[in-house]
Amino acid sequence: MRTAATLLGALLAWAAFTAVNARVELVNPVLLPTPVQVGQVALDLGASGELARHVLTSLWRVVQGFGLAAVAALALGVLVGLCVPLRHMTEPVIEFVRPIPPLAFLPMFLVWFGLGEASKVAFIGYTTFFPMFVAIAASVLRVDVVLLRAAASLGASRADLVRRVMLPAALPGIVVALRVGVGLALFVIVGAEFMGADAGLGHLIMEGRTFFNPPQIVMGALVLGLLGSLVNVLLLAAERRLLGQRAAA
Amino acid sequence: MTAAEPKIQIQGVTKTFATGRAPALAEVDLDVAERELVCILGPSGCGKSTLLNIVAGFLAPTTGTVRVDGRVVTGPAPERGVVFQEYALFPWLTVTGNVEFGPRLQARPADERRRTVDRYLDLVGLRAHADKFPAQLSGGMKQRVAIARALANNPAVILMDEPFGALDAQTREVLQDELSKIQRVEHKTILFVTHSIREAVYLADRVVVMTSVPGRIRQIFPIKLPEIRDRFAPEFTQYEADITRMVKEEVAKVHE
Repeated sequence: MRTAATLLGALLAWAAFTAVNARVELVNPVLLPTPVQVGQVALDLGASGELARHVLTSLWRVVQGFGLAAVAALALGVLVGLCVPLRHMTEPVIEFVRPIPPLAFLPMFLVWFGLGEASKVAFIGYTTFFPMFVAIAASVLRVDVVLLRAAASLGASRADLVRRVMLPAALPGIVVALRVGVGLALFVIVGAEFMGADAGLGHLIMEGRTFFNPPQIVMGALVLGLLGSLVNVLLLAAERRLLGQRAAA
Repeated sequence: MTAAEPKIQIQGVTKTFATGRAPALAEVDLDVAERELVCILGPSGCGKSTLLNIVAGFLAPTTGTVRVDGRVVTGPAPERGVVFQEYALFPWLTVTGNVEFGPRLQARPADERRRTVDRYLDLVGLRAHADKFPAQLSGGMKQRVAIARALANNPAVILMDEPFGALDAQTREVLQDELSKIQRVEHKTILFVTHSIREAVYLADRVVVMTSVPGRIRQIFPIKLPEIRDRFAPEFTQYEADITRMVKEEVAKVHE
């Protein structure tokens, strides 16, 4: 309720500012789309089915890229969290590669994977893999040794320890890592679609620039914001369902 | 196995954590008989928890061996149940889930597991909290669950590492009463580490006083008191005084 009121307030402020600006021309009104103009673009594109196509294209790329990265990060993160020599081997490389802004590698992905779907999916996968991998390995590593000892003295084998103690104990950390990964995927999809894409929200925004259609740019951005908050709400709900009862131990 | 054979046999156990450093444990020999509750008492840093961890199989001794029922200890095993000071309950499992963790590992059938859980939750008075998660329990309740969990696995011996150390004084005495009551029913072989003299005299059949670094056994006090003990009886306070004097000497040595 309060969220709705706040959002409505922001919308009214935007409408009021653009309305005043249309008269006094603080900035060129063409460069400052009004809510009505943005809404009109959304309605037009929505009615033709174009908007849905762009949204679904972007989402499908996010799902694929994030999905691949999540599976890899989970498998390797757990492995590295468990195996000390492997950790020592991989840590320096990861610590060097991780701070490189992923966008710096985007042209490389276009060179490697071409202009089609593969480069977008691979780029999202690459971007989301490292933060998820590092967080998952850390949460496996942080599992309290006393819990492992307790399980071992109750008769747990090595496989039992991984399956029945390490994974459930690391689960809250793993869930947070995945949530951060999805957020990041939605974040970088736009960049991936700026270059060499013929569909997707990033492409829609870039098209708005090419054909000088500011309302379309703003609409694309707003749809992205909407998608991001929607996904976050869903993930938080899923997280609460999954971890709710154990609370803070 | 002859009747006289000790349940736990600690022979010539030493532990040095880093070469060149002073040993934490120097030549400990100790036998614990079946159905006996032995308390290990000593100043902090005397290696009493190290000794318990070696018996549990979490640490390997530098020299010497530990045998349980005649078999040499090489690692943790379900024959040796452990109760930790920090409870070590699995936070993602309910009270029931924690207590049946061991039986589940042994793939016991569901109805048998339920009977086991019911029996030990009754014993520690937590039947009504079976479906709660550890985060919803007080410290005293958590430690009761941990004791039920250890008992439900039916170990040959139970090792307790300062199990009541994190509890307030009142809860601590309540749990001592309960452990003493449980022991009168279950008759387990228990090795119990504590730094509380009162606790040791209240619970133990024998109290082992350890020296400060390197830890070795200074003296063993058999506690010849009735099963149900009165903390204010003159005999009780006499044991307390005798042991306190000895422990004080050891603490003083650390500060010299």
